Amino acid sequence: MTATRAPRSAGSGGVWGRLSISTKQIVWAWAFLVLPVLFFAVVRFYPTLEAFYLSVTDWDLLNEPRFVGLDNYRKLFADPLFWQVFRNTFAYLIFGTPIAIVLSFAIAYYLDRVTFLHGLIRALYFLPYLTTAAAMAWVWRWFYQPPPIGVINSILGSFGVPAQPFLRSVTQALPAIMVTAIWAHLGFQIIIFMAGLRAIPTSYYEAARIDGLGEGAILTRITIPLLKPTTVFLVVFSSIGFLRIFDQVYNMTSNDPGGPLNSTKPLVLMIYQTAFSSYQMGYAAAQTVVLFIILFSISMAQLWILRSR
Amino acid sequence: MKFATIARFSIRRPLLAAAMALGFLAHGSGGAQAVEIQYWQYVFDTRVQAMTELIKQFEAENPGITVKQVTFPYADYQTRIIAAKAAGRSPEVMQLFYGWLDTFIAGKLLQPLSKTAFKDEDIEKNFFAIVSAMKRDGQYYGLPTAVRSMALFYNKDMFQKAGLDPEKPPQTLNELVTAAKALAKRDSAGNFQQVGMALDIARQDHNWVREILLRQYGGESYSADGSKVAYNTEAGAKALEFYTSLQKVHRVGQEGFMDEGQAAFRAGLAGMVVDGTFRIASYKTIPSFKWGVAELPSNDGKRANFGSYFANGIGAAATGEKLAAAEKFLAFITSEKAMNVWLEKVGELPARRAVALTEANVKDPIYGPFIRGLEYAATPPMVDESAQRQVSIDMINSVLLKDTPIKDALSAAAVREQVILDKFKAK
Repeated sequence: MTATRAPRSAGSGGVWGRLSISTKQIVWAWAFLVLPVLFFAVVRFYPTLEAFYLSVTDWDLLNEPRFVGLDNYRKLFADPLFWQVFRNTFAYLIFGTPIAIVLSFAIAYYLDRVTFLHGLIRALYFLPYLTTAAAMAWVWRWFYQPPPIGVINSILGSFGVPAQPFLRSVTQALPAIMVTAIWAHLGFQIIIFMAGLRAIPTSYYEAARIDGLGEGAILTRITIPLLKPTTVFLVVFSSIGFLRIFDQVYNMTSNDPGGPLNSTKPLVLMIYQTAFSSYQMGYAAAQTVVLFIILFSISMAQLWILRSR
Repeated sequence: MKFATIARFSIRRPLLAAAMALGFLAHGSGGAQAVEIQYWQYVFDTRVQAMTELIKQFEAENPGITVKQVTFPYADYQTRIIAAKAAGRSPEVMQLFYGWLDTFIAGKLLQPLSKTAFKDEDIEKNFFAIVSAMKRDGQYYGLPTAVRSMALFYNKDMFQKAGLDPEKPPQTLNELVTAAKALAKRDSAGNFQQVGMALDIARQDHNWVREILLRQYGGESYSADGSKVAYNTEAGAKALEFYTSLQKVHRVGQEGFMDEGQAAFRAGLAGMVVDGTFRIASYKTIPSFKWGVAELPSNDGKRANFGSYFANGIGAAATGEKLAAAEKFLAFITSEKAMNVWLEKVGELPARRAVALTEANVKDPIYGPFIRGLEYAATPPMVDESAQRQVSIDMINSVLLKDTPIKDALSAAAVREQVILDKFKAK
C-alpha cells in the first residue's frame, strides 16, 4: 500500500489512527475471516472434538452420557461385524481406486486425441457425475434385477449365459455396487485427467518426437511422470470417496441395507445404523473416530508424497 | 393476550389469577384459552388422511383443544421422536410400533395411561387380546386404533389359467406348495417368468417364519416373559426348512424376483404372497386382474397368525391441561367411531372386538380372513424390532445364499438374538 492512503483514517487520531498499515490490513483480514472461522469452529471443529468425547461414553440419545473409558473401542475391535465391514470398505478402496484411475486415464488419454464430436463425448462421460447418487443407484439396482426385468441379465441371456444373482449374492453384490460407484465418478476423473494432459507443454512432445522416441516411450517417460500431481490428487480424492461410500450401497440394498449378510456394508453404513437404528451414539462415535483416523492417515500420506517430489 | 396476562399474574398472585380465570371460564369464552397438543405419526398417505379427518371431528366435539398433526418419513420416525425427547419437545400423543415399547419406556418417552381415564377391565374386555403387548408391570402404555394380521393374497386369474379353482385357495402348507408349483413358469434357461409364490424376507416373510410357521410346527418364538429365545428347536428347524425349501427344493419362487414381493404380485407375475392388512389399500388399485384373500394355510389344521399394531401413547412430558387434552384425544382416536373411519380410509382392522367382529366384516371376502386370523394371532414381545428382524433376515439368507445347514443357521440366529435380549435386560 502507498503512503498516500494513510491520512484518510489517520485524521481521526485515536487508537485506529496510530496503527500501522500492515496491522490494519491484518485487522481487516480477521474482520472478514471471523465469520467463516466462527462457522467452522462451531459447525465443524466443535462437533469433531465432541465426537472424540462421545466415543468414550455410552450415550444413547435418551439418557445422560456416562464415561466408559475405552469400552467402545474394545467392543468394536472384538466385533466380527466390524472386521467384515472393515474388509468391505478396503475392498471398495483397493479394487475401486486403481480400476477407476486406470480406466479414467485410458479414456482421457484417447479422448484427448479425438477431435470429432470431442465436446459431446466428453459431456456424455461427465453426465453421470451430475446425477443424484440415489437416482443413479436405483437405476443400476434395476439393471441388476433377475429376469425377466433386469437389463444386464437379459443381455447375458441372449448370449446364452445363465442369469446371475448380482445383488442377491454374497460374492457378486460388492463388485456390482463398486462398478456403479466407479461409473459415477468416471466423468469427473476424466475431466481432471484431460486438464492435466493439456497442461503438459507440447514442446516436450515435439522434442521427444525429434529425438525419435516411440509413442509408448513418450507415454511412460513424459506423459505419466508429468501427470503425477494430477494422479496423486485423483488417487487421494477417489480413495476418500471409496472410504466414505454410502449412497450407492444404501440405495441398492435398501431392502436389507448392506446385505445380503453384510457382504456389501461399508463403515459409514455401519456408523449410520449404529447411530440411527440402534441409537448407540457412543459406539457410533468410536467408529467415526476410527474412520477419521483412516481418512487422516491417507490425507497425510498424500501431503508426504507430494512433498517428496 | 388475555390468557398471557393471566399466566403472568398467576406467578405473582395465584389467588387473584385463579379467581380471574374462574370468572373467565364462567363467562363461557373458553375458546380464547385453547390448548394445543401435537400428534405424531409417520407418513403413509391414507393414515395421514384418516387422522386429519379424525382431528377435524375431535376438534368439533372439543372446542377448547386443537390438535396439530406432525408427520415424518417412516425411516426417520423413531429417530425424530428420540431426538425430540433429547431437545425437550416431545409430542403429547405419538404413534409407536408395539415392538418399540421397551425402548420407549427405557428412554422415558411415554407415561403409563391413567387408570381412571383408561380402565384395565374396559381395555381387556373390548380390545383384542394382543393389546396386552402394550402392558408393562400392570400398566398400559398405549392403545391402538387398528391392528394388523396376515393372510395369503392370491391371483385369481392366474389360478384359473393354471387350472386351479380360483374359489379354492390352498388350505394347508402342502396344498400351498402344490398350487405354487402349478403357478410357477420358467423359460428354457430356467429363469422365472412368473413365480408361484412371491418371497420377500425383509418385509413379511421373516414374520411368517418366526411367528407363524414356527407355531404351526408346534414351537414358540420366545419364552413367555420374552427374556429367552425359544425357536432353536425341532419346530424352528421345520419352519425354516419349509420356508427355504420353497426356493431351494420346490423352486416355486425366488427372493428378489421383481425386487419386492408386493411388486411381483401387483405386476401379475406372482401367484401368491403372504402379506398384511396394510397392503389391501394398495392392491385395491390393481386394475388388470382379480385377486382374493385366504386365511394363511395351516399345517394339517394347525393355524397361527401374527398380530401387530401401531399404538398411540402419551408423551412423558405432558402434564396439566395438555395431559387432559391428550387423554381426551387418545380416547377419541381409539373409540369405535374412529376405528370405523380408520377401517374405511386405511383398510386396517379395528382394534375393538365389537367393531371388528361384525357380521359384515367377518363375512367380507377381503377383511374376513384377516379378522378370523386375529382370533388366534400371537403378538410376542420384542425389545429391538429392527435388530431382531435383521437376525431373522440373516438366518434365512444364510440358508439360501450360503447353504448353511438349517440347524447351524438356527442356532447362530438364536445366539445373536439372545445377545440383543440380554443387553436390553441389563439396561
